[in-house]
Amino acid sequence: MKLFISRYDPQKDHQPYDQEFELEDGSIASDLMLLDLLHRVRAQDPSLSFRFSCQEGVCGSDAINVNGRNVLSCITPVNTLTSPIRIQPLPGLPIIKDLIVDLSLFYQHYREIHPVLQTQELNLEKEHLQAPEQRSQLDGGYECILCACCSTSCPSFWWNPDQFLGPAALLAAHRFIIDSRDIKPVERLKELDDPLKTFRCRHIQNCTASCPKGLNPSRAIQSLKSMITHHKTDK
Amino acid sequence: MTLSQPPLSLPSNPPHDSLPIETFDAIVLGAGGAGMRAALALSKKGHKVAMVSKVFPTRSHTVAAQGGINAALGNISPDQWHWHMYDTIKGSDYLGDQDAIEFMCSEAAHIVRELEHFGVPFSRLNNGKIYQRAFGGQSQSFGEKQAHRTCAAADRTGHAILHSLYQQLLATGVQMFDEYYALDLIKNQQGEINGLCVMNIHNGEYEILQSPHILIATGGAGQLYRTNTNASINTGDGLGMVLRAGLPLQDMEFWQFHPTGVAGKGMLISEAARGEGGVLRNADGEAFMHRYAPHVKDLASRDVVARAIAIEVQQGRGCGPNQDHVLLDLTHLPAETVEKRLPGIRDISKTFLGIDPVEAPIAVFPTCHYMMGGIPTDLNGQVITLNDHNQLQPVNGLYAIGECACVSVHGANRLGGNSLLDIIVFGRQAADYIHRQLQTDIPSKSRPSDLILKPVLERIQRWQTPQPSEDSLASIKHDLQTTMETGCGVFRNADSMQATLKALETLNRRLQTVTLDDHGAVFNLDRLQAYELENLMAIAFATVHSSLSRTESRGAHSRVDYPERDDENWLKHTLYFQQQNRIAYKPVNLQPKQHPPFPPKPRVY
Repeated sequence: MKLFISRYDPQKDHQPYDQEFELEDGSIASDLMLLDLLHRVRAQDPSLSFRFSCQEGVCGSDAINVNGRNVLSCITPVNTLTSPIRIQPLPGLPIIKDLIVDLSLFYQHYREIHPVLQTQELNLEKEHLQAPEQRSQLDGGYECILCACCSTSCPSFWWNPDQFLGPAALLAAHRFIIDSRDIKPVERLKELDDPLKTFRCRHIQNCTASCPKGLNPSRAIQSLKSMITHHKTDK
Repeated sequence: MTLSQPPLSLPSNPPHDSLPIETFDAIVLGAGGAGMRAALALSKKGHKVAMVSKVFPTRSHTVAAQGGINAALGNISPDQWHWHMYDTIKGSDYLGDQDAIEFMCSEAAHIVRELEHFGVPFSRLNNGKIYQRAFGGQSQSFGEKQAHRTCAAADRTGHAILHSLYQQLLATGVQMFDEYYALDLIKNQQGEINGLCVMNIHNGEYEILQSPHILIATGGAGQLYRTNTNASINTGDGLGMVLRAGLPLQDMEFWQFHPTGVAGKGMLISEAARGEGGVLRNADGEAFMHRYAPHVKDLASRDVVARAIAIEVQQGRGCGPNQDHVLLDLTHLPAETVEKRLPGIRDISKTFLGIDPVEAPIAVFPTCHYMMGGIPTDLNGQVITLNDHNQLQPVNGLYAIGECACVSVHGANRLGGNSLLDIIVFGRQAADYIHRQLQTDIPSKSRPSDLILKPVLERIQRWQTPQPSEDSLASIKHDLQTTMETGCGVFRNADSMQATLKALETLNRRLQTVTLDDHGAVFNLDRLQAYELENLMAIAFATVHSSLSRTESRGAHSRVDYPERDDENWLKHTLYFQQQNRIAYKPVNLQPKQHPPFPPKPRVY
């Protein structure tokens, strides 16, 4: 099996380049994940850098671009990929080294939507009540792992990365606006009522196609736009 | 960084005598649930807090906790924290400290509701209250009917809690050192721990963070075993640095093997699967747990279930072509239950086994999951050691919480749903204690020039050796994990552990001579792995020496050569010091403050 892996070391290189690696086909088990394959490449060249941690698709560390798609390497079976496998860092963000990108801007957009539940003060003898139907509104929103597969596959984000909040941050904003416990949905919507922050989304739907958790940021943004336009909430 | 820039010039060598220093009121090392809960409390009180993590906070391993967090809310079945306390003490095989367990269980309801107020999206009941599920080892009325005590956000409770804590933290002024690796505690001339040496993973630069209060929350070390449910980052970094500082680790013989890891791979299949009605079956299709735990069957304590599975396989009733696992059967449950309550484990089964648990059972086998032992602390999280007269003594300015700590609420075996509770309860408690200390602190006498950097600079220097070596870190780690699994796993005996000890000595010599292949400054994974492996090696010695010395079976420590629990000789905690591999002991607390003590009795489920 042949791999082309993007390499870049700021101490040595002026710009990224592709390095070819070869692994014996016979050594690749049918259930091998791409992350394990990368570890084998590291055995050949220990200077190769990439992020990883949980190895089961919940920590969101190991998002990379493989054959043109953003994926989590730990839950991507090698046998689903066509050879040669082209592996690159997530597109559109500065590269720190090899497959590792600087996610500062991505995290900054997340902070900008104030992802903190705003509630009525309650004493600790009580929980806020929430009906199962209200709680189920959060399904598809709270499971985001901040892997950045969505935002870095979004052309609107590539064009205006500093101004368009991107699908991950907007999905999080939506999650708080529709939370029956949150008391600031109107204020949140007002903050998002901006041609660049939110409305730069053109529903290309790369975000939804690339989400490794099967979430649908595009639909959440559609819903946000609709709520902003109607100046009311779904509650 | 745009393309076609000239290469950066970055330091490839650490300085020889000094490092830059930043000072803080308190340093929190680790950004999992425990570290973040503590940092949140400290910053809300207005203190200048540094939170150091080798990964971005939401990547911490708390994110992978599935089943839930225990609290006697009584939302489904009647419940009292005293019953929770009893279950936890029994689950611990009476090694847990009863004052600490009492404190944790009595705080649980407030702790969970506070998390709900922080925004955690708990699953809900029709009346709007938090959903609670049945978990192993839970009972009503001190051992009677099954209780429903585990508060859950589907089967993604850890993720829900970790992200909510991070969200809370964003609204504070905590200074986050994300992707910084902590090497060692730094002492001053007076011998007090007063700082932390860290490396910025992005550029390989080292610096000292100085504070009179350092809280270790580095989590577990499940990477010690070949098959484990743990993240790659779980290498026990805090434990390694505590050992190197001359302080002990407690109860390191007790490692929890989760009964239901994905067979051969290790990913966790939550106990929630059995809590929702899943059943374990052997090759004959028999639901075999009734033979090991006649009353509660599949919902016995984890050590009991893990041993039962291992015995089924040993006795030839394992499933699959190699007869090396058993099956976790959910196929009789309504598909809706699996979809709504267990979506995460359904994903894991599909991804790693290619099966849908609605239609086919899951191949499972015990896998290393949790470290009951750790850095000994008191109820405020303050680290404890022995003084020159072998008396217990607090270590000024050093604290530990969560899985890296041993307070000890889990004793010889942790109950499912108690680890998320442990991290939040003691995260908050330690922070409150440090806050009180900070209010009465007299300004530190220690000046930056007093800090002793020589040991850490030598450690850094050791890995700068430019000559290549034949050996590799990856192969040493692999051999370490394998020998630990073979010699000191679910079952152990003197012979198997002696063999492992011998193997460890060889591995340790290899670790002394191996060198790095990569000497780059930016995101050097080789260097990180070297530092981590030093910690795992230290923990391996702690584990084997502690296990060899305890000649009884208790909780997760199952000795084939000493199959019985021996309260007369062994109702005590083990303390291990790296120096001369010394073993000492610490009494178990049997004096809770509010409830009468629970005296040890035979443990039957």
